[in-house]
Amino acid sequence: MKVLVAVKEVVSVEDDFELDGVGVAEQYVEYDLNEWDDYAVEEAVQLQEAGDDVEVVTVTIGPERAEETIRMALAKGADRAIRVWDDALADQPLLDIGAKTRMLAAVVEAEEPDLVLSGVQAGDDAFGATGVSLADAVGFEWAAVVNGLEIDGDLAAVRRELEGGVEELSEVELPAVLTIQTGINEPRYASLRGIRQAQSKEIAAQSLADLGLDAAAVEASLDLTDAYEPESESETSYFEGGADEQAAGLADVLREKGVGAE
Amino acid sequence: MSDDVLAVAEHRRGDLRDVSREAITAARAVADGTGGDLHLAVISGDVDAFAEELNLDGVDAIHTVDHGEEFNHDVYAQAVAALHESIDPAVLLTPNSVNGLDYAPAVANRLGLPLVTDCTDLEVGDRLVTTREMYGSKVETTVEVDLPAAVTIRGAEWPPAEGVGDATIEPFDVEIDESAIRSTVTGFEEAGGGDVDISEADVLVSIGRGIGEEDNLDLVFDLAEALDATVSSSRPIVDSGWLPKNRQVGQSGKTVTPDVYLAIGISGAVQHVAGMKGSDTIVAINTDPNAPIFDIADYGIVGDLFDVVPELTEEFSG
Repeated sequence: MKVLVAVKEVVSVEDDFELDGVGVAEQYVEYDLNEWDDYAVEEAVQLQEAGDDVEVVTVTIGPERAEETIRMALAKGADRAIRVWDDALADQPLLDIGAKTRMLAAVVEAEEPDLVLSGVQAGDDAFGATGVSLADAVGFEWAAVVNGLEIDGDLAAVRRELEGGVEELSEVELPAVLTIQTGINEPRYASLRGIRQAQSKEIAAQSLADLGLDAAAVEASLDLTDAYEPESESETSYFEGGADEQAAGLADVLREKGVGAE
Repeated sequence: MSDDVLAVAEHRRGDLRDVSREAITAARAVADGTGGDLHLAVISGDVDAFAEELNLDGVDAIHTVDHGEEFNHDVYAQAVAALHESIDPAVLLTPNSVNGLDYAPAVANRLGLPLVTDCTDLEVGDRLVTTREMYGSKVETTVEVDLPAAVTIRGAEWPPAEGVGDATIEPFDVEIDESAIRSTVTGFEEAGGGDVDISEADVLVSIGRGIGEEDNLDLVFDLAEALDATVSSSRPIVDSGWLPKNRQVGQSGKTVTPDVYLAIGISGAVQHVAGMKGSDTIVAINTDPNAPIFDIADYGIVGDLFDVVPELTEEFSG
């Protein structure tokens, strides 16, 4: 079995930051493995450990910088990686779902995995849509927001986390794309051995031409035209001073509301 | 392309979900902008009863597709795509729910529509201008797309549609290709774990990522005991396995409305806020003065929970 895991390097923003145009100014930005994808990688590696002859391949759309993040996934046990990038992507502040779908679809068609896993959403743009879009593009079945997975032959028994503490149980025919929710497993930390081994694992760089695509395939259908810090509608009363004074102030308010009264 | 708007209703286990009425409100406003009609799709379940219930002010036409009881994304994707081809709307609008995100991206891909998800505001002119958040609600953005386009809307951002409508209600004639239905819903389960019902508590002490380590939870339980309160949490605590799922407040957990909600080390992601914003009094303790939780808090302490919480416990002890 081959499992392809779509892994994104996401932008995380410091608590205090400034904007620069339609993005966050570079000095306030860090790059991380997307939290949801960390769970997807773990799920794939667990399938690999449980089964015979399961290959785990990651695919990332991102510039060379992203290789550091990709190595994290390799250190956790993925066998090899594919990194898609092209100069045509460099100038786009926000890649749209369609562009990502076309690139990932080309990789799926080349790799022919039995199962594709991705995080439910990315922590930065939070579209939450690429996995399902990809499934439709490549003719795979799919399930979104999966927090439980068991593979049985060519069927995946999944739990989908609906709203309000309700879970849907579904059977999904493979090949399929599943978007993985946090909490499905406990992502491991990479071992020193894993980190060392990751250094020698392959990260295959693929351009649009390598994937048989042209620049038109990734032309954005959307424009990010403005970015701003949301206006606070807060009318919060703050308790000032040291921790003891703050606690005393809050305690007064809580007592007024009858909290702690026997 | 017509000037019309197509919205899709949502239901689960026999009941319409609130976002169906919100979708009508949002779609009506867009249709007023394009100068077209508002079409509503009602798919699966008791479609006739749902259609009656959603015949609200502003809806022009309701199309029912009677196929199966519960949501199935293959059925929805086929039905919505077929309706889209028939109506040829300027905007397709669906809920940004777990199920909405299970078919809308497939429909958008199938029809070649640009898709913008989790919109919190929509304006239409020559293009569709959407508002949505990025970077965990730290930044709000404007994203514009050409028409025709597809959007999903965040829950509880638009008021529910009301009033009595005079929509036409007709079954939509679509041949669902059964061979393309390759997943089956086999059941539902309530997330369990423990016997505490946080939705019944008058005072909740709720803990988030800021607690850092499992061992530190003692601090919070001590405070809860002193306050005669119940401990709940945000998602990361449950994901880490430190508290059972039935303690989770938020979109995927429980909705709570206590007299006092004490949010400790919780940043206030939108999914969390959705589950607790109806609390009478909200208190937030967080090191980050910009944390979104302060936007909805009545009282705030900007400070380190490891300093403040023991002091607060002390205030109520002895």
